[in-house]
Amino acid sequence: MNATDSNGNLPIPRMALISQSFARSIRSIDIKGVVYPLLGILAFCLLWALAASRIDTSLGQFPGPSQVYSQALVLADEHQAERVKETAFYQRQEKRNAKKLAKDPDATTKIRKYTGKETFFDQIVTSLKTVMFGFLAASLIAIPAGIACGLSDGVYKAMNPLIQIFKPVSPLAWLPLITMVVSASYVSESPFFEKSFLVSAFTVSLCCLWPTLINTAVGVANVGKDLLNVSRVIQLPTITHIRKIILPASVPMIFTGLRLSLATGWMVLIAAEMLSQNPGLGKFVWDEFQNGSSDSLARIMVAVVVIGLIGFALDRLILVIQKTVSWDKLAVLR
Amino acid sequence: MSLKNKFLEISQVGIEFPTPEGPFCALKGVDFSIDEGEFVSIIGHSGCGKSTVLNIVAGLYQATQGGVILDGKEVNEPGPDRAVVFQSHALMPWLSVYENVALGVEQVFKGRKSRSEMRAWVEHNLCLVKMDHAMNKKPHEISGGMKQRVGIARCLAMQPKVMLMDEPFGALDALTRANLQDSVMEIQKELNTTVILITHDVDEAVLMSDKIVMMSNGPAAKVGEILKIELDRPRERVALSKSDQFNHYRQQVLSFLYEKKGVVKLEDEKRKRSSSAAASLNADLADASSTSLEDQIA
Repeated sequence: MNATDSNGNLPIPRMALISQSFARSIRSIDIKGVVYPLLGILAFCLLWALAASRIDTSLGQFPGPSQVYSQALVLADEHQAERVKETAFYQRQEKRNAKKLAKDPDATTKIRKYTGKETFFDQIVTSLKTVMFGFLAASLIAIPAGIACGLSDGVYKAMNPLIQIFKPVSPLAWLPLITMVVSASYVSESPFFEKSFLVSAFTVSLCCLWPTLINTAVGVANVGKDLLNVSRVIQLPTITHIRKIILPASVPMIFTGLRLSLATGWMVLIAAEMLSQNPGLGKFVWDEFQNGSSDSLARIMVAVVVIGLIGFALDRLILVIQKTVSWDKLAVLR
Repeated sequence: MSLKNKFLEISQVGIEFPTPEGPFCALKGVDFSIDEGEFVSIIGHSGCGKSTVLNIVAGLYQATQGGVILDGKEVNEPGPDRAVVFQSHALMPWLSVYENVALGVEQVFKGRKSRSEMRAWVEHNLCLVKMDHAMNKKPHEISGGMKQRVGIARCLAMQPKVMLMDEPFGALDALTRANLQDSVMEIQKELNTTVILITHDVDEAVLMSDKIVMMSNGPAAKVGEILKIELDRPRERVALSKSDQFNHYRQQVLSFLYEKKGVVKLEDEKRKRSSSAAASLNADLADASSTSLEDQIA
């Protein structure tokens, strides 16, 4: 039998079958997982719009969801325009250089760097680079230190007072010190990193250290006694012991620490950028605030939402890494 | 020579644990010896310190008095020549069955066996415990009895001079336990391994051992009696359950545990039972008297 009639239409029974299976596949999508979050967001937007219409500031009405959305589009357009300007700038230079060389083959040519205004998206990229650098630097210190603390009671007792004292200090208090130290000690002709980048990154590092260090230490100290005894009976050398037993056993706790670290690091970075006027999303927010145009609040709100989304994405990223690294594929991670 | 007989000597071992209320003496003057190839069970009430004895032989605990001499050398640290089978199986959940066994093999035979020899040796030991079919499975994918088999394979693969088993069948159901006991007896007979088995199961001790070391209750627990089990091997549990000799041994262990050194616990129980019996008797009497009174009124 033909599957379709002469007009290419499906025979009725088959249509019914397909629509049935379609309905089933719709139902099989986790309704609670999709519909409920959407409902939550919708309700929030509604409340936001209602509240926004009642708040008047010196910079005009507080932006509702629609103004914020349109400003997001504006920011995207600005970014496009800036990129077009940039390519045009480089093209002009190339043309000029080509002309110069045509006149005089020995002429020295230069390509000048484009120094246009950083767009919203440039600032996002800067902030992301900074937070990742700071976070990785902190993790490289915190994980080994945490392992040392967890393995040895002596090391733990020596480090504990320092951890307890420095942990509650806001990294912003360190910011002036870090700024001065970096500008004093990091002097080179062609710096690989911008000074402002290093200042922000170290500030992030300082707050990323503690959650990872503490959680790693707890994870290592709580490795099952029987597993440790197995290792002692086998007489595993320390390095193998750490690699084959301690690390896999404490992976969940290490990652808990890393997630907490990255979350606080991201929060602190925005504040540090605002305070020190270092490039990044924090600077964007501060600049918009200083600008004081009627769109400023909506543009800041765009930044707020984006900061949140990025924070969420960073957390998911760590979760994905944990899932690939961890031996316990059955563990429910949230 | 008498020296040759004493393969493993546990002499006057005592241990004290520091507690906030001063040192707690768990063992005092524990003294017995084991011949090569002998299967010895240590039995006693829970908390009497039998696992502590095993941990001292393993080197995981340091005795505060006396010491342990294995094959002419004093024990003062844990090592693969005294490999332990733990009650909780203690397999690394992130390693496969094969890797769990290989972890010990690679360390013990480093420089003595080639890669392929080690591989063959791991596989051989997994075959011994009939777990070669699950080599690439993770511990969470196999049953409790299977995990314990792997634990035994890991232990055997280190070629220990003495195999220390800390209530290895305690967490298993009766049928799995019986199977595993038979396997262990078979392997022990084949390899002539020296075994110390910690247990609180009287049948298990009598069935499996050449010698049962019975421990008195703690604190300051010591060896109460040592019972030699002279039953022919291989031992068959169904046949033995009807054997008078087996039941005689069994009765001897039970009488030690519940009549001699286990006095404290048993007397407590007796007292409870007798007092409750007395209470019910009183209640009966009261009932009787009240009914008779009612009768009288009527």
